[in-house]
Amino acid sequence: MKNHIRQVLRSGKFMTGFIIIMLILLLVAVYPLLNPGNPLEMIGYNSFVKPGVYFSLYDSLDMESRHVYRFRLEGADELRIYNKFGTEDRIAVKEWLVRYGEREGVPGLTEEEIDVDDRYQLLDLWWEHYDPTLRLGMTIAASRVYQRLDARVAGIFNLEDYNVYTIWNEELEEYEVHQTTVVNDDYVNVNDIANRIWLPLGTENFGRDVMKQLVHAIRTSLMIGLVAGTIATAIGLLLGLVAGYVGGIVDDIIMFFTNLFTVIPGIVLLILISYSIGQEQRGAMTVAVVIGLTSWIWTARSVRSQVMSLRSRDHVNLSKLSGHSMPRIVVRDILPYVASYVVMAFVLQVSSGILAEAGLSMLGLGPKTTDVPTLGLMMNWAMRYTAHLMGAWWAYYPVVGVIALISFSLNLMNTGLDQVFNPQLREG
Amino acid sequence: MSSDNIEKAYSKENRELCLSGKGVTKVFGFGNRKTLAVDNVDFEFYTGDLISIVGESGSGKTTLIKMLLGLTSVTDGKIFFMGKERDIRTRQKKKEYWKGIQAIFQDPFSSYNIFNKIDSVLLDCIHMRGGRRLKKKEKIEMMREACSFVNLKFDEMTNKYPFELSGGQMQRLMIARIFLLRPKILLADEPTSMIDACSRATILDMLLKLRDEIGMMIIFITHDMGLAYYVSDTVYIMEKGKFVEYGSADEVVLNPKAEYTKQLLNDVPKIHDPWEFSRNRREVTAPD
Repeated sequence: MKNHIRQVLRSGKFMTGFIIIMLILLLVAVYPLLNPGNPLEMIGYNSFVKPGVYFSLYDSLDMESRHVYRFRLEGADELRIYNKFGTEDRIAVKEWLVRYGEREGVPGLTEEEIDVDDRYQLLDLWWEHYDPTLRLGMTIAASRVYQRLDARVAGIFNLEDYNVYTIWNEELEEYEVHQTTVVNDDYVNVNDIANRIWLPLGTENFGRDVMKQLVHAIRTSLMIGLVAGTIATAIGLLLGLVAGYVGGIVDDIIMFFTNLFTVIPGIVLLILISYSIGQEQRGAMTVAVVIGLTSWIWTARSVRSQVMSLRSRDHVNLSKLSGHSMPRIVVRDILPYVASYVVMAFVLQVSSGILAEAGLSMLGLGPKTTDVPTLGLMMNWAMRYTAHLMGAWWAYYPVVGVIALISFSLNLMNTGLDQVFNPQLREG
Repeated sequence: MSSDNIEKAYSKENRELCLSGKGVTKVFGFGNRKTLAVDNVDFEFYTGDLISIVGESGSGKTTLIKMLLGLTSVTDGKIFFMGKERDIRTRQKKKEYWKGIQAIFQDPFSSYNIFNKIDSVLLDCIHMRGGRRLKKKEKIEMMREACSFVNLKFDEMTNKYPFELSGGQMQRLMIARIFLLRPKILLADEPTSMIDACSRATILDMLLKLRDEIGMMIIFITHDMGLAYYVSDTVYIMEKGKFVEYGSADEVVLNPKAEYTKQLLNDVPKIHDPWEFSRNRREVTAPD
């Protein structure tokens, strides 16, 4: 036994899977301490806010003067142009140049000559060609569009600007208008801003922090997997041991039910049971129990066949001849021999329990949505609120990745254990 | 026991019926897939005898042994133990029965539970003989005595796992187990077939010594005619689930009647003849 444990610890596959699982558990344990709070709290007014650090615009404008620093940074203008001169504006500039660029004394431009991504070229051409006084056969509305565009382009280089903001005055019960001057070279330290929030994975459709939700979902899903795996393994082990060791009519009855469950697809049974329980009654643990109750079949079958070959072994006969009772023989002389298999089956059951919960929740039959987040529920929300169409990858890719990572590492652990206990499978 | 007593105990007049069977039959499977493993066998084994049951693989020896031990059910027929029909319907009665009848199995490597230390095997025997309440020191003394009977040092054996022992040591420990249990009947199912030739003689000698020590009957199962002749008083020849011939070892070996017995005798390797030669002779002549 000690030898086996040593071999397990030396198995590269097992240790890789084990370390991944431990890191995930570490995240689950530590993250809620650093970032406490209800994962289902809706913090955002918008859906699908992209990942990043957010700080209060209001607070950054309202800085005391000593908190405002001035820097003359090289390349600051370039970056500003890069950020402010948006794609739509650039396309509009190009359109104008191609259509109306040709005038008396000024040669026209073809579409090939203008590169939309070369911002400096666009700006130079714009200032060279554009004259807001000319109508050029456009409607007034169309020419206004280009006048506004010109103002925006000019605004990129505005050195000084006034910003207006309001404060709610409690006494007067009205908004007071404040004014501040913000210059191109003004900087504030992010740490000085009173209100900031870091959203490593943005928010989802309800405006809830995806990262916080994900960490809680991993915890719930792992718990569901563990409970489902424990129930399934316990039932499978018990039935397998009894059927295999006692044999005869008991075996026939147990195998009748096992075969019955084998031919009914597990997912169908799962859907029917979940549906009949009803949305409000389905907590995470209820779902876990239901998954456990429908996935013991293969454990029972393989434990039974192993016990059947074990029960005619000489050491079992010898134990009988020593006058031991049946429960003692099963526990002391048979169980240790199937234990390694049962551990492996348990690891797989945990992984398939997590996947089953994800599948059920995707169909809308998972745990109730007001209680705790699970990995499946997060997928369900992302799907239902079309995160994929909104380009909100942060709402579903991390969830998919975590599900894949958990089942990958559990399967890796299982393969590692398998290679230790069945030396025939070892490579090289 | 003095040698006089042994002779007295084993003499024909004093023999007492110890284990006997009438029409013992074992059928495996049912319908078309029925196989007759033991076919309507009668036998009478007497106290103090050393009986060999000889036959090739698949002739039903092991099945018969398992039935005698009560490990498999008997399809038909009756088995009598110490003159009375045996009754092993409850666990308590089975336990009582197993105090009188014990076994050593063929493969010492699979006879042990690899997860238990070997002390537990010997402790189980002491407990079975009603020594559960004994002090730890007394138990160790008993185990030490049993180990020294089979030339093992208890201090080297204790706290070890079965896989740390050699095959010969394991089988000797099995004999130590029998020494502690002191049954009336010992069923030895080819106890030497998996052991190397050097340990074989030691094991056999120990079995015979143990028999003299506690005066039990041994039923020795083997496929080796030479070995059967070497150790036993009475030889039963088994073919396809039936006893085709039985009698004293001398009778059977020196004057075989059944064709199968002659064949078995020919299959015994002779140390002086090359193997090819003895094989050819089997086709030409059979010794009468």
